[in-house]
Amino acid sequence: MVNPMQIPSTGLAAGVEGAVLKADVRDLDFYYGAFHALKRVSMPIHDHMVTALIGPSGCGKSTLLRCFNRMHDLYPGNKYAGGGIVFYPDNTNLLAPDVDPIEVRMRISMVFQKPNPFPKSIYENVAYSLRVRGMRNKNELDDRVESALKGAALWNEVSNRLKELGANLSGGQQQRLCIARALASDPEIILFDEPTSALDPIATASIEELIIELKEKVTILIVTHNMQQAARISDYTAYMYLGEMVEFGVTDQIFIKPQKKATEDYITGRFG
Amino acid sequence: MSASASAPPLSASIGAGISDRLSKKASRHVKERIIEAMLFAAAAFSVFVTVAIVYVLVKESWVFFQTVPLSDFLFDTQWTPLFDDAHYGIMVLLSGTLTSSAVALVVAIPLGTIIALYLSEFAGFKVREIAKPFLELLGGVPTIVYGYFALTFLTPILQKIYPDLPGFNLLSAGLVMGIMIIPYVASLSEDAMRAVPMALREGSYAMGATRLQTALWVVTPAATSGIASAYILGISRAVGETMILAVAAGMQPNLTFNPAEPGATITSYIVQVALGDLPHGSIGYQTIFAAGLTLLLMTLAFNLLGYWLRKRYREVY
Repeated sequence: MVNPMQIPSTGLAAGVEGAVLKADVRDLDFYYGAFHALKRVSMPIHDHMVTALIGPSGCGKSTLLRCFNRMHDLYPGNKYAGGGIVFYPDNTNLLAPDVDPIEVRMRISMVFQKPNPFPKSIYENVAYSLRVRGMRNKNELDDRVESALKGAALWNEVSNRLKELGANLSGGQQQRLCIARALASDPEIILFDEPTSALDPIATASIEELIIELKEKVTILIVTHNMQQAARISDYTAYMYLGEMVEFGVTDQIFIKPQKKATEDYITGRFG
Repeated sequence: MSASASAPPLSASIGAGISDRLSKKASRHVKERIIEAMLFAAAAFSVFVTVAIVYVLVKESWVFFQTVPLSDFLFDTQWTPLFDDAHYGIMVLLSGTLTSSAVALVVAIPLGTIIALYLSEFAGFKVREIAKPFLELLGGVPTIVYGYFALTFLTPILQKIYPDLPGFNLLSAGLVMGIMIIPYVASLSEDAMRAVPMALREGSYAMGATRLQTALWVVTPAATSGIASAYILGISRAVGETMILAVAAGMQPNLTFNPAEPGATITSYIVQVALGDLPHGSIGYQTIFAAGLTLLLMTLAFNLLGYWLRKRYREVY
């Protein structure tokens, strides 16, 4: 295990007042086979804030996101090669080999690019993350499912058809169902991997609104291709390019007065 | 070229150019027609053969049912068509078929499903690449080999455990038949499971599910229709299997659902009679067709069930 204390902090934690560190990426190196996907990436994740990862395709932003809940463990050939993600308050490196990925995923949930409801009823989709934790009590399940669906602003639309298949919902509703599923187990961080790229503008707006509301409850890390989206919903923004962290900062600063020329070029659309 | 007042001249001239070029490609059109006709002929051939088989079966069975009333065929409890006191109770053969198939399915469905789950969700790439050809080899062993395996290897072992077991019995034949069917069930179920999109598995893992939970609660339900088809195919194979039963189960018509007894199945009866020297057109000869028609109706019913299951539980991801 990489001892978090041995990894020097990046000192990037400053910014919005009262921000508390939830996780800290420190000098993270990651490979897909021989491809160096993340090069000594460092950035802080603040508690109850929305942090957006932006950058052109292939810059490593999704790779970084998926490191947070160890999705790379599912595929052979992916290699974590140095540094780490220190998770607070545990002060543990999430990527350490002796940390159980199942435990990590129980606390850091994820919503994907394309809505991927399970071939189950709406109710069972949301209850899934509770059932995998061994919850069997019907009343408790009912309560948690209801509050998760309310949290995902979906309850009013589906309360009278919980037995229907999740796949029968519209695209935007399916995505909110997936958010409810991620919420049900009270995770500490929810990772969003371009959650609106398969949705129409109206559904996108409702998801964005929801994400802003959700930061009351959880810390949010979101990958997006849409810079306006990052500007609208995030408190912090990180711009990545070719596997490197180019610039990290408070969103307003990044968009109004970026420190680096490369960031400015990307944000103003001169590149990417 | 004359452009009319209503049509713009540009598009008219483009139109003319295209039709000039198109006319030179007529040969391709003919070729495609020929290929289409050949493809249709190939498809029509298989339909024709099926229809012809059904026609022969129904025609000969019709003659049979002129002599033997349908009620005797369905409800008589003896099957002795070659004796002087002839009885034609298909139930006797049906019981043998159902008993041996049930034994086979008790082996093949659980084992086949577990193997499929393992290969699809747990085994690494290398293990799968090595194990799958071996598994499929199991399905390629000639059934006569399985038959003698049951008779000369498995039955003696079973007799040690259960000394009253006769030398020919449905149990041993059914067990070996189950082993024969495993590859069909496993291979098709595995294909169905592997076809489940990775996005669903990732969704499950991201909720903190273990591999087993993902396999049982997400992958298996998503693959239900494919797995059901695999089971139906397994059942059809069991019902239609001939050689193992002819060799190891004794070919004695016996109305029983006890696998520890010898018995004849529809298929093994057909082998027995077809190998004999019955004159064409005799009533004994026609029993083959009546029995064959029964078998066909059974497999047809299973295929329809499989079709219905596929539609009912088609993949909804």
